[in-house]
Amino acid sequence: MVNRISEETIEYVGILAKLELSEEEKKQAGQDMGRMLDYIDKLGELDTEGVEPMSHVFSMENVFREDVVTNKDMRDDILKNAPGQKDGMFQVPRTVE
Amino acid sequence: MNREEILAATATELSQKIRAGETTVKEAAEAVLYVIEEKEETLHCYVTIDKEKLMAGAEAVQKKIDAGELSGPLAGVPFALKDNICTKGMRTTCSSRILENFIPAYSAQAVENLEKAGAVIIGKTNMDEFAMGSTTETSAFGVTRNPRNLLHVPGGSSGGSAAAVAAGECFAALGSDTGGSIRQPASYCGVVGMKPTYGTVSRYGLVAYGSSLDQIGPITKDVRDCAAVLYAIASHDQKDSTSMKRDCRFMDALKKDVKGMKIGIPQDYFGDGLDPEVKKAVLDAAGMLKENGAVVETFDLSLVQYAIPAYYTIAAAEASSNLERFDGIKYGYRTKEFEGLHNMYKKTRSEGFGAEVKRRIMLGSFVLSSGYYDAYYLKALKVKTLIKKAFDEAFERYDLILGPVAPTTAPRLGESLADPLKMYLGDIYTIAVNLAGLPAISVPCGFDGKGLPIGLQLIGNCFEENKILRAAYTYEQAAGQKGR
Repeated sequence: MVNRISEETIEYVGILAKLELSEEEKKQAGQDMGRMLDYIDKLGELDTEGVEPMSHVFSMENVFREDVVTNKDMRDDILKNAPGQKDGMFQVPRTVE
Repeated sequence: MNREEILAATATELSQKIRAGETTVKEAAEAVLYVIEEKEETLHCYVTIDKEKLMAGAEAVQKKIDAGELSGPLAGVPFALKDNICTKGMRTTCSSRILENFIPAYSAQAVENLEKAGAVIIGKTNMDEFAMGSTTETSAFGVTRNPRNLLHVPGGSSGGSAAAVAAGECFAALGSDTGGSIRQPASYCGVVGMKPTYGTVSRYGLVAYGSSLDQIGPITKDVRDCAAVLYAIASHDQKDSTSMKRDCRFMDALKKDVKGMKIGIPQDYFGDGLDPEVKKAVLDAAGMLKENGAVVETFDLSLVQYAIPAYYTIAAAEASSNLERFDGIKYGYRTKEFEGLHNMYKKTRSEGFGAEVKRRIMLGSFVLSSGYYDAYYLKALKVKTLIKKAFDEAFERYDLILGPVAPTTAPRLGESLADPLKMYLGDIYTIAVNLAGLPAISVPCGFDGKGLPIGLQLIGNCFEENKILRAAYTYEQAAGQKGR
């Protein structure tokens, strides 16, 4: 494996990804990512100097429409899916001490 | 019509018989439930089956047909939907623990279109978790078995939909295709599956995986059904900014005529790693199109080996961003014990997602992180430009590109997940199509020595579904039952 992923990198990526991995999962994640990056490095064989990156296949333009409510009030149906709700709102853990 | 006759019908044949009064929507629904009763315990095509809703829907649709309000080619047909397509009031799980109890407040636009065409919904089909996988084995709710051989996978990620169509547990289904997830399971299960041009079917209500690649499409018993379903679900939708206004007269393509059609076979699709039996079946199919008047020749489609690394970089990056929304607040699973908000996010996601999903989120977060963004993500987007250009050049010379769907027939259950990279390599013939936004179909073209189906892939230029459908229809007619 050419790409060796350090424990610090896995730790950092875990923070970005908002994932809490066990020690064993971290080891596995490092190996998996290293192998994938070795494979992805194949792209380096291609000269892409001056090539525009393509995010969408068709040229996309912003689509505008009038800011008019077309759907009916779905608050109750939406809140039914929330793990925590109170007074018609999503309930979250305390965020400010 | 008796039950056997109903079950032998394709979706459009069934609808025609219902509209002619030879059978009813209720009888069709009961026939499907009979098959489900018989086979579902073994096959496990579905995550959710709603019998009451199906029977209520059947009654309502029958009334509209009787009143002359529904006369389209799919009126009265019982459908299955992949479980990443939102259905109002019906559980939509993406085969993930994190969405196990999620009940959408709205339906996907494709589902609304289908219901407007008179389809009745049976339930939601099993899939790889969040459509990440090629075997349906990464589902949090157990594997689906291939109806053609129970020891093998149905393919993935739309494995439940393809298996349900093949087994007769529905008359037609919707899947989604990000890197081959409709075409590959259709190939493995011996049914027809089509990924439309990007922007043809609204993604509104499709739980996002790789947004620039995802498309909903049909999985059906034959090419006519495929055209009818695509016609029903395609629409320009203001709720999806990537939705396109385009010609959708797909049924017009159903003519047995490929005279003068230019078909290119990429040499790179027939190299190392392609199973000899698959190769023979696909080249025989090409031969049959030639006998019917097509001009078939081989050519070099460059960059084939770069599609997989480019795809997995882009798809993982988009997935890591799209799946940020699963945070234990608005819907889905929330961990039981935690200390503060961030710990809740992390524990919820770590407990709620399976191994393959976490692997792709980690890779995606890495390739998007500062310091690596240019080297990986931006590089992959530039390679995407080159791949698109290679297809553009090919379509200057050819109407269609013909090749296999997958290098092998369906692998045995349990063989694929141990080596993720090897599993990814199986996507080699399907994946570039998504990067370039092209339409492509999988049509059954024979069986290997073990009796497992082989799929023929036909790829067209953007918005040229009708060329694909015409060639696929011609092949299907010419091959007769050979492909089935």
